[in-house]
Amino acid sequence: MTLGATEASPPDGGLPSEHIAETAEAKQIEGRSLGQIAWARLKKDKVALISATLILLIIAIAVLAPLIVKISGFPPDQPNFKDSNGNDLLDTQLGGIPAGGLFGSGMSSEHWLGVEPQNGRDVFARLVYGARASLLVALGGTVVAVVLGTVVGMVAGYFRGWVDALLSRVMDILLSFPTLLFILALTPVIADRAQSTFGIPDNNTLRMGVLIFVLGFFGWAYLARIVRGQTLSIREREFIDAARSLGAGPGYVIFRQILPNLIPTLLVYATLIIPTYITAEAALSFLGVGVKEPTASWGRMISDASNWYEGNPLYLFFPGAMLFITVLAFNLLGDSVRDALDPRAGRS
Amino acid sequence: MTTTSTPKSTGRATAFSERTNPVRGEVLLEVEGLQRHFPVTQGIVFQRQTGAVKAVDGIDFQLIAGETLGLVGESGCGKSTTGRLVTRLDEPTGGKITFQGADITHLNRRQMRPFRRDVQIIFQDPFSSLNPRQTVGTIIAAPFDIQGIKSEGGTRKAVQDLMARVGLNPEHYNRYPHEFSGGQRQRIGIARALALRPKLIVCDEPVSALDVSIQAQVVNLLDDLQDEFDLTYLFVAHDLSVVRHISDRVAVMYLGKIVEIAARDELYNHSRHPYTHALLSAVPEPDPDAVKRRERIRLTGDVPSPLNPPTGCRFRTRCWKAQDVCAEQEPPLVQIGAPGHLAACHFPEERDVV
Repeated sequence: MTLGATEASPPDGGLPSEHIAETAEAKQIEGRSLGQIAWARLKKDKVALISATLILLIIAIAVLAPLIVKISGFPPDQPNFKDSNGNDLLDTQLGGIPAGGLFGSGMSSEHWLGVEPQNGRDVFARLVYGARASLLVALGGTVVAVVLGTVVGMVAGYFRGWVDALLSRVMDILLSFPTLLFILALTPVIADRAQSTFGIPDNNTLRMGVLIFVLGFFGWAYLARIVRGQTLSIREREFIDAARSLGAGPGYVIFRQILPNLIPTLLVYATLIIPTYITAEAALSFLGVGVKEPTASWGRMISDASNWYEGNPLYLFFPGAMLFITVLAFNLLGDSVRDALDPRAGRS
Repeated sequence: MTTTSTPKSTGRATAFSERTNPVRGEVLLEVEGLQRHFPVTQGIVFQRQTGAVKAVDGIDFQLIAGETLGLVGESGCGKSTTGRLVTRLDEPTGGKITFQGADITHLNRRQMRPFRRDVQIIFQDPFSSLNPRQTVGTIIAAPFDIQGIKSEGGTRKAVQDLMARVGLNPEHYNRYPHEFSGGQRQRIGIARALALRPKLIVCDEPVSALDVSIQAQVVNLLDDLQDEFDLTYLFVAHDLSVVRHISDRVAVMYLGKIVEIAARDELYNHSRHPYTHALLSAVPEPDPDAVKRRERIRLTGDVPSPLNPPTGCRFRTRCWKAQDVCAEQEPPLVQIGAPGHLAACHFPEERDVV
C-alpha cells in the first residue's frame, strides 16, 4: 500500500475565514473564460478586424441614416427633376435617364451617387436607407431562426424519446420544403391576411415583419438539427449528472448548463446566416414580395436598375456593391469567429 | 478539523434544521434486490423489446452510517450503475432503496429534492464533470443555487470556505476549470458534492482518472472529510489497493451480482469466493520476492454478456472449480466464516492469494 505518501490538504481544516475574505477583497485573480480567450484570438485576426469594422460602419450608416441624409441634402423619397441651377436632371428625350454624370448616372456635387432614372430620387440617400431594410430583415430573421432553432433543438436533444421523434420529423418536413417558393407564395398572403383580419395596414413595417417571420420560420430547422446533435452529446457529460444529482430540473439543465456550451455554435451559425438573409431579403425584394415602394431596399434598387443597366450601369453597380461588401464582410467575420472559437477546425 | 465546520453548520442551521443526523452505526441506506435492466429494442417506428442488458441484477447491501463500503469489480460488472441507482440518477427496474427509513426507489424529481441534499456523488472524470463554461465559483455555488439555500455571509464566502477546505486557493474563485490540473478539478468536484453537507457520498471511481501521486492526495482528502463531516461513502473503484486503503467493508461484484461482501481485512485475508481470489491475485505486488512466491490466478475467456448471463452461478463459465450444480443452482449470498462475511459460492474455500 503506497497511499498516504503525500498529504496535500491544508493543515487544520483550511485558512481562517476572515483571512480568506480579506485576501479575496485585496487581490482578485480573474480567470480567463474560453470566450475571453477566443476574443483575444479574434482581436489578432486582421481579416476579422477589417470585416468587423466594415459591418460596424454599415450598421452605423443604417442607424444614422436620417442624419446622413440631412447632410447630403436629399431625402430618399423626394423626386428631383432640376438641380439647384435650374438645369434638368433627367433627359426626357431618352425616357428619363439622368442627364450627364459618369456613364449617365447623374452624379454631381449635389447628387453624390447620381439620381434614379424617371423619378430623380437621390441614389445615395436610397442606398443609405436601403441598409436599414436589409440589416433589419436579416438580423430580425436571424434572431427568430436562432431562438427557435436553439430552443427546439435543445428540447429535442435533452428529452429524446417521442419528443425528439416528433420535433425531428417537423424539422425534416421544414427542410424538405421548397422554401423560396413558399416564401414567394406566402409573403403576400400573410400580409393580405394581416390586413383583412387584424386591420394592420399593408405598409412596410408589416412587410418587414412578415419577411422576418417567414425567413426565421423557414430557417430554424437546420440550426435545430445541429443544436439537437450537440445537446445529445453534451447531456451525456458528467456535469449534467452533477446538476441533476443536486436536484436541478430540465429548465435549469437546459438553459444554465447546456446553453452556455452551445454559444460558440450559435455565434458561428448566426454570423454565417446573416449574409444569406441579407441576400434573401434582396432577392425577395427583387422579385417583388419584399419591401414595397417607396421604401428603399438594395434588392428593390437592383431590381429597378436592371431595366436601365445599358443607359445607367452605375445605378446597378452601387446597390450591388453594397450588398457584396456587406455579405462578404459577414461571411469573413463568421469564418474568423469559427476559427477563434475552435482553432483546431478549419484553416490554420 | 472541526474548527471550520462549526461556524459553517450554524450558518445554515435554519435550512438544515429538519434534517435528522444519522447516528453512527445505524443503517443509513438499505438496498434490497436492486435491479437495473436496460431494454434492448429493435425496429425504428414500432419498437419491440428483444432483450435486456442486466447491468445490475438483484443486489442487496446495507450502508452503516459513518462507514465506507468499497464496491469493486471489473469493467461492466454494474458497480457504477449501482452508484447511479443509489443517487437516483438512474431509475431502478426492480428492488428497493431505503434511505434513513424512507423508500426512495421510485420518487420523482420533486419528491427526490430533499434527499438530494443528503446523497451526493463524485464523478470519475474530472474533465467532464465540470461545466467548461462556468467559473469554479459558479460550479461550487450550484448546489446552493439549485436547492435555493442562502448561507450566512453569502454564497461566495461559503464557496470560498469549501475551496479552502478541499485544498484549493479560495482566490481562484473566478477561474475556469480548464485552468486547473486533474487533481485540482477533482477537488472542485468534491467541494461541490460537499456543499450541502450530505450524509452519503457515492464516489464513482473518483481517483481512477488521476495520476498515481495525485490519487493518494485525493483519497486522503476524502478520508479527512469523512472524519470531519461524519460522511458515509459508497466507494466504487476497480483499484483494489485504493479500496483497501479507504474502505471499512468491501463488496465484490461480478456481472450484476454481489459475489462476496465482508469487512476489509476479512475480505483481503480470508476471501472465500474464487472470483475474489482471482481479483486479489491480480493486485500488483511491489516486492519481487513476494511475486515469485505468489500464485497468480489467470481467468480464461471473457466476461459473459449481461444480455444473456449464464444459468446458475454467473462465474461458472470462468471458474476452475465449476461443477454441474453451479449451472443448475444459483448460489445464494450466505454467511461464511466471520460474522458479516457473505459469499455466493457452492464451493467456498479460503485461499492464500495475497
